[in-house]
Amino acid sequence: MRTFIQRIPVPITAAGPSIAALTLLVTLGAADGVAQNHVGQYEQADIEFGARLYNTNCVRCHGESGGEVAGVDLRGGTYARAESDFELMRLIRTGIQGTAMPPNDFSQSELTGIVSYLRTMRDVDLSTVTLGDETRGRGLFAGKGACASCHRVGRNGRRTAPDLTDIGAVRTAANLQASLLDPTGSMLPVNRPVRAVLADGTVLNGRRLNEDTYTIQLIDENERLRSLDKAELRELAAGTTSPMAPATDVLDEQEVADVLAYLLSLKGLN
Amino acid sequence: MTRQTLIALMLVSLLPTGAAAQVTFERLLNADEEPENWLTYSGSYSSNRHTKLDQITPDNVEDLELSWVFQAGSLEAFQATPLVVDGIMYLTEPVNNVVALDAKRGSVFWKFEYTPSSDARPCCGAVNRGLAILDDTLFLATLDGNLIALDAVGGKPLWQTTVADPTEGYALTLAPLVIKDKVMVGVAGGEYGIRGYIDAYDAKTGELAWRFYTIPGPGEPGHETWENDAWKTGGAPAWLTGSYDPDLDLTYWGIGNPGPDLNPAQRPGDNLYSDSVVALDPDTGELEWYFQFTPNDPYDYDSVQIPVLIDFPDGNGNTQKLMLWGNRNGFFYVLDRESGQFLSGTSFVPVNWASGLDDFGRPVQTPQPPGATTFPGIQGGTNWYSPSYSPETGLFYVSAWEAYGSNFEPQDQTHVPGRVFLGGRPANPFGAGANVPGLRRGHINNWTDAAGGGAVIAIDPRTGQQRWRVPMTDVTSSGILTSASNLLFTGNREGHFHVMHAETGELLLRKTLGGMIANGPMSYMVDGKQYVAIAAGHSMFVYSLRD
Repeated sequence: MRTFIQRIPVPITAAGPSIAALTLLVTLGAADGVAQNHVGQYEQADIEFGARLYNTNCVRCHGESGGEVAGVDLRGGTYARAESDFELMRLIRTGIQGTAMPPNDFSQSELTGIVSYLRTMRDVDLSTVTLGDETRGRGLFAGKGACASCHRVGRNGRRTAPDLTDIGAVRTAANLQASLLDPTGSMLPVNRPVRAVLADGTVLNGRRLNEDTYTIQLIDENERLRSLDKAELRELAAGTTSPMAPATDVLDEQEVADVLAYLLSLKGLN
Repeated sequence: MTRQTLIALMLVSLLPTGAAAQVTFERLLNADEEPENWLTYSGSYSSNRHTKLDQITPDNVEDLELSWVFQAGSLEAFQATPLVVDGIMYLTEPVNNVVALDAKRGSVFWKFEYTPSSDARPCCGAVNRGLAILDDTLFLATLDGNLIALDAVGGKPLWQTTVADPTEGYALTLAPLVIKDKVMVGVAGGEYGIRGYIDAYDAKTGELAWRFYTIPGPGEPGHETWENDAWKTGGAPAWLTGSYDPDLDLTYWGIGNPGPDLNPAQRPGDNLYSDSVVALDPDTGELEWYFQFTPNDPYDYDSVQIPVLIDFPDGNGNTQKLMLWGNRNGFFYVLDRESGQFLSGTSFVPVNWASGLDDFGRPVQTPQPPGATTFPGIQGGTNWYSPSYSPETGLFYVSAWEAYGSNFEPQDQTHVPGRVFLGGRPANPFGAGANVPGLRRGHINNWTDAAGGGAVIAIDPRTGQQRWRVPMTDVTSSGILTSASNLLFTGNREGHFHVMHAETGELLLRKTLGGMIANGPMSYMVDGKQYVAIAAGHSMFVYSLRD
């Protein structure tokens, strides 16, 4: 479970490549020198200021996750319409005409805060986490942890559990740690395991991809995409227990930290 | 037949009948009597969204087929209800373009293009909900705070007047309402610390006739419900079209949330007339009565819903002049629209912010502790999408969000003109990435029914009890239309166009349109054929019976 040790946003860094087998308790101070991507480029005070501004000005449309506007994922840290911080500030100030994004009269310091927060959004969390060694984590992912027996990264692994190719770009470290330690407690409703019984009695177990009133789309245990008409099913149920066991069932504390460091390094194709 | 005669006849057949017909106030008063047309946003002054057209019936509805499609040149949400006048459809294309179409074929006569100023900063989408018409003049309220009169025949502007300043957060998103010789609009901007108002303008000249401030100023009754200077930035917008009772000569408007939205500690008091319905004299703007649904609202429970006016037999040979209101706060109200007296109120979705209503309709508030989930959530048990009342079934129909909640986290905020003034945030009970999107959705539903579901609910106004309900996996933002043939037309966010039996809720027809439905379906008739128009995604789809 998530542990709220500090009530201030803490930037999380992935461990540097040379810090083999070293466990880092990531704190404000530890952010220096081991920063990747945007973390460390921005002042902590700006990030905190920006988080407050985000929560009063932006959250209504973009949501806490930064992903509630269709087709717009703020948490990724890169944006289709704005590459540089300057362009991002200009976009926030002018809005996007003809869309729901309005202009905003932010001061320069406020813009700096908001951009600082947006660029580090996925790295900011309200808890501390323990990171290990990325390289060791990669080995554990494919080996002892057997993560790849359900999860896929790039072209490797199965697809029955969520694809993790870019998980380090879309989830916070604390969020991922919670998923490792308490898979059921941190499982999003959409990922609840689905059991469907077809008209002929065939039982399908799978992971939900989409659903509406009449149909459900899932990926089954054989990695096939299935679209089912609810009216034709004998039974349809979503379980609330994750099929994944807590990582500590098979890994020790250090190994969990290693896997976490590996997951945070997964940023997609680029 | 000479060639010239033939061409002349062909030309005549292509012309809409009565293109220059005048939509007089008399016609607006009796809109119910010409169901082939749709003359106001809600179909009539009583806002029942009920059509007397009965060509499409439960028995033949399966024969509905697509007649034509209008594709908007915009990716904004399509929330407008079109007008139809004697074979011509007038439609706002998001955001503020106006299009005149052949209502039978979808061909465009003219298009008026208007790009709102980049100063416009609507809280919740660059949307527009439609037009009003009087004589041969259309009225358009623009996102950047202007009211424009257009020649309905030629599509050219006749006058333009400034209603509000967009740089301070004011916007216009509603369809105007014409009463007698005036055109009325209310402002949006409840998330920006505005002071709301409803204006009436001379339809001929655009001159301001009167202004009703939805927050009383110093010395005015109701001002005492605000402490310190909170009234100056107290919000209370009026962003949906009102209704009108010509016999009482009163126009009814729903008023939106107080500001800052989520921090009532910054604005102690009941905060009149936020979250209220006001009854105004349409000639002067004077307040006749008010009824407040949610005093000192901490949840953004705008009460801008469409006032549905019905005349109901009381069983003693008399007729009760009632107002039905499915409120965003989750309660269904019945009011006496002559006096504003509260008659009854019942929750229609799970509610825990109040344990009930007292004898005067005032909620018994039960604030949830910090971190707990409040139901309904910030988008409410229902919202702006139009309900319907059918005199055939005697039922009120509303699109509802069920079991949907928010964790409200108030915080002090200083008002800066033109800046969002929420006073906190609505946190997600499920953690990031699992909540119902407040305004729009894409193709993937990753919040699932765990975060709340939708339903069409039929309520008996005599008892407040549900007669039937049709649940949906995702929430619904569609308006509802009922017909004299006991059909109910609606849609949902999943992109399904639904036709149900109004008596039972039985689903008679489903068409998958592939985009979120967020407007009110409406119906009209041209050359003896009934049509139903419904927008989904970025297009409007028009159906009629197969020949």
